Amino acid sequence: MSQNPLTLNHDVNDATRSAGPTRRPEVPTSPDIAVVPDTDPVFQISDLSFFYGAFRAIRDVSMDVRGNQITAVIGPSGCGKSTFIRCLNRMNELIPGTRVAGRIDYHGQDLYADDVDPIEVRRRIGMVFQKPNPFPKSIYDNVAFGPKVNGLKPASMDDLVEESLRRAALWDEVKDKVKKSAFSLSGGQQQRLCIARCIAVKPEVILMDEPCSALDPLATNRIEELMIELKQDYTIVIVTHNMQQAARVSDRTAFFTAEVSDEGRERTGVLVELDRTEKIFTAPGDRRTEDYITGRFG
Amino acid sequence: MTAVALPIAARLRRGASRSRLGLLLDAVFSSGLFVGTFLGVLALGLLLWTVYDRGWERLASDPSGFFANFVSRFPARAGIKAALYGTAWLMGLTALFSFPIGVGAAVYLEEFAPRNRLTSFVEANIANLAGVPSVVYGILGLGVFVRFMRMGPSLLAGGLTLALMSLPLIIIAARESLRAVPVSIRLAAYALGATKWQAVRHHVLPAAMPGTMTGVILSLSRAIGETAPLIVIGAAVSIFNTPDDVRDPFSALPVLIFNWTSRPQPAFAEAAAAAGIVLLAMLLAMNTVAIFLRKRFATRW
Ligand SMILES: Nc1ncnc2c1ncn2[C@@H]1O[C@H](COP(=O)(O)OP(=O)(O)OP(=O)(O)O)[C@@H](O)[C@H]1O
Ligand SMILES: [Mg+2]
Repeated sequence: MSQNPLTLNHDVNDATRSAGPTRRPEVPTSPDIAVVPDTDPVFQISDLSFFYGAFRAIRDVSMDVRGNQITAVIGPSGCGKSTFIRCLNRMNELIPGTRVAGRIDYHGQDLYADDVDPIEVRRRIGMVFQKPNPFPKSIYDNVAFGPKVNGLKPASMDDLVEESLRRAALWDEVKDKVKKSAFSLSGGQQQRLCIARCIAVKPEVILMDEPCSALDPLATNRIEELMIELKQDYTIVIVTHNMQQAARVSDRTAFFTAEVSDEGRERTGVLVELDRTEKIFTAPGDRRTEDYITGRFG
Repeated sequence: MTAVALPIAARLRRGASRSRLGLLLDAVFSSGLFVGTFLGVLALGLLLWTVYDRGWERLASDPSGFFANFVSRFPARAGIKAALYGTAWLMGLTALFSFPIGVGAAVYLEEFAPRNRLTSFVEANIANLAGVPSVVYGILGLGVFVRFMRMGPSLLAGGLTLALMSLPLIIIAARESLRAVPVSIRLAAYALGATKWQAVRHHVLPAAMPGTMTGVILSLSRAIGETAPLIVIGAAVSIFNTPDDVRDPFSALPVLIFNWTSRPQPAFAEAAAAAGIVLLAMLLAMNTVAIFLRKRFATRW
């Protein structure tokens, strides 16, 4: 798939118009979202499997994640979406007794090579969690912690904190109380603080595991807008249960499902397909995808 | 279905869906628990009142003399100065040794230790050590610090002995509060590229500090009330100067109280009760600080 990165996919709108199964989430067709240039891959994942002890949670996942795009990961609960994105910044290996097989290349470098430092990986590949998890400190300290421990020496920490909070669309709400406890913020504000904290270490990729599942529709909306804005500078992978959300924000969507493996009774997560979001939601290539997005999935 | 016919008032009435036995048991248990609590408070009240009744007059009649005098053969002239200084020194030394070692051990066990046989062996034994009688720690202190390390019956030997005795409880309290810090906080730090040590040092440990301090203060207040280990390592009573070095011999309030109560003159019994008031006041003050720390600074997740 070595297309010219500037090629625009004009066939998208046609696909949207074609009649499909009922109850499909509405797909936005505004030109800036529907037209996706193919960018260079940031991650190239081949035959990735992940084991919790003897239990294989995902099997033989091969896909790539392209730069400056939002890649959504969807699928039924327990199919290994969280497991998958935690492989991308080596958070999984903090869980004892786990093992990864296969290969993840990050800009061509094997992420799991012996001389790769997971600390360095996590600094470049940031993560926002499902439940907002600010540190029990001030808003300012939450943002300043990352740069500090990473030895970043910005000309002015105050400026870096302000810039990060601005980018996370939180500055206007907190500018008078940055020394106040982060716990005094609402859930949606806390999640944006977590995004600001993540941006402050200047990562290249932001992984988000259901970042909006604890938020109301308005706060969700703000974070979605924020993601679309952030993809100018970052590569984003987002796990979501909300298919409208995937349809609204993402450029490409990966659909995972859980399968009973040949070896036994366990349910193992597999990647069913990865394609442009419009394609996944209007003309999926696989029956299982179609069943899932139309709500026929059991 | 007769229940359908019942009016709502009858269905909501007490005992409508519960047997009489159930209601009776409920009443028996709650009053039993109340009596238990009440007895505990009553015992504490009686204790405070006895000490107050016996000692207050002695303390109030000549407070400055009582605090400023050294011990004496004459009960009216006897004071607690050396013992008070000794107890203060012991408290400082015990805290100095037990706090860093206890918190360090807790952090290691909770955050860094590999989950293996050796670790669980150490963990089980810390719990066992917490149950060892204090007099046994005195024997240990006598053997190791006083004799083998040639410290003599000094403040240093006393502080180290009490620190050893306090360690298990401090480690247990610190581990409890480290464990109460949610995993999500550690993950948040790791996801920003923090090392394990940075996550612990900047987030986990500070969040666990109020709970840890509470544990430290409570075990300190237990330590300074201890008599047996200090007597075993040779704490003195007849000391006529205040210590100015950790190598000095020392006295301590509980040792002095023990000594005074064993004398025949009733006036010494009164002096002992008066000293008991001072010691109790110190303990209550420390416990108040502990409660305050827990209420005021504890992080509510
Ligand atoms: N720490 C763990 N230890 C053992 N098994 C785990 C662990 N975390 C996840 N699993 C298992 O791995 C499988 C995939 O879990 P994962 O959390 O990745 O699913 P998910 O797709 O993110 O689900 P959800 O949508 O509910 O968040 C599940 O069967 C789960 O039980
Ligand atoms: Mg998940």
